[in-house]
Amino acid sequence: MLAGFALAVVVAVPIGFLIGMSPVLNNALNPYIQVLKPISPLAWMPLALFTIKDAATSAIFVIFICSIWPMLVNTAFGVASVKRDWLNVARTLELSSIRTALFVILPAAAPTILTGMRISIGISWLVIVAAEMLVGGTGIGYYVWNEWNNLDIAAVIFAIIMIGIVGMLLDAVLAQAGHFLRYQE
Amino acid sequence: MSLHFIEVENLARAFPQPGRQPPLKVFEHVNFTIEKGEFICVIGHSGCGKSTILNILAGLDAASDGAFVMDGKEVSGPSRDRGVIFQNHSLLPWLSALGNVSFAVRARWPEWSRRQVREHSLSYLKMVGLAGAEHKKPSELSGGMRQRVGIARAFAIEPKLLLMDEPFGALDALTRGVIQDELLEIWGRTHQTVFMITHDVDEAILLADRVMLMTNGPDARIAESVVIDIPRPRDRSAIHQHPEYYTIRNHLVDFLITRSKSLQGRVGGPGQQPRSVNPVRGTGVPDRGGTPRVVGGTG
Repeated sequence: MLAGFALAVVVAVPIGFLIGMSPVLNNALNPYIQVLKPISPLAWMPLALFTIKDAATSAIFVIFICSIWPMLVNTAFGVASVKRDWLNVARTLELSSIRTALFVILPAAAPTILTGMRISIGISWLVIVAAEMLVGGTGIGYYVWNEWNNLDIAAVIFAIIMIGIVGMLLDAVLAQAGHFLRYQE
Repeated sequence: MSLHFIEVENLARAFPQPGRQPPLKVFEHVNFTIEKGEFICVIGHSGCGKSTILNILAGLDAASDGAFVMDGKEVSGPSRDRGVIFQNHSLLPWLSALGNVSFAVRARWPEWSRRQVREHSLSYLKMVGLAGAEHKKPSELSGGMRQRVGIARAFAIEPKLLLMDEPFGALDALTRGVIQDELLEIWGRTHQTVFMITHDVDEAILLADRVMLMTNGPDARIAESVVIDIPRPRDRSAIHQHPEYYTIRNHLVDFLITRSKSLQGRVGGPGQQPRSVNPVRGTGVPDRGGTPRVVGGTG
């Protein structure tokens, strides 16, 4: 799961940056994003299994494709709403565009980007459980389904509680990280 | 070769209008010169394009026409030899006061060592009275202190020209007075060339060597350049007792109330410098009865 999520971060943040900085790119890509965003994670599963032909990699792909959108949209929004004043400061200091992106836009947009990551990691966790049920073999999702087939309801309930706790912990980690990056105007 | 440190020639700015209307000329035929070390204030009603002129000088906006020559070279685009103090401090909120100043210092002198940057930045923070508060974030500072950090940041990069866009506009009157004093003191030490926009006539008289008066927009021009020769160092608490103070003040206020409107679009022209006025000596003062020929109650 983390591989799919990390891949999504690596792809979504730079592309979100470009979309946020360039209105042209935003107009060009926005329709595709809007169409791809609402597709249910499990709808990708058959296509992934068919093309990749490997259950584990397919699961990573499905997580990637589902967790990328909230980050992409949030990054683009965060970057686009960086205050003009701050950009003007960078311009009057003749900062290069890379330094402006790293030292002005990135810290300014960091809280919004992190919010996107928080939403994404929640989605990834939802998806992984469902994907494991479909793909089978390993993981907590598979365990739930397996115990249901064994009619061991106690184990199912235990697994459900575990899923909830792990999801909460994942969210808490990112919330804590967000606390670090938050600034007050 | 230009004879003046800064020469602005026939500057104009027009904004496109929706539909087929002709573009809106905010100002045109703006000509003025600034000498090195001069403190210039610009006063005019809102909408006359003062801020636009400043943004053009800062390189953040482009003129539709005209030229801006500094130190014998025509300039376009932003550059580190011009520092800007914005109206709303525009500090980066995730950096401390020191971080904000050294951010600018590092951009100005990338080859400096970390220690050099730190010491240079600290010395300017001390100059604005913020020693001890250098690790505070802007959100932990009061409005006046934030603006002080902005002033320190602009002075710290030692620009050839310092541009200030109503730097004290957002402050309360008491804080404003204190920071004006501090600004006067720092300026007395560094003798930066300053181009400052203000709404406040008293502030302009206190700070400026010359006050440029703009007529109303659209079609605004710089009509007069008023010499303030009250000797320096000036003291805010005593300046209004200076015998020349009210002569100058009345002249400026008169302009803002009547002439800024009656002269709208009617003074200046290509290459024409603003009329140089010294209200104390009475040179260049327009005839009071003659100029505003407004019929009816429009004045």
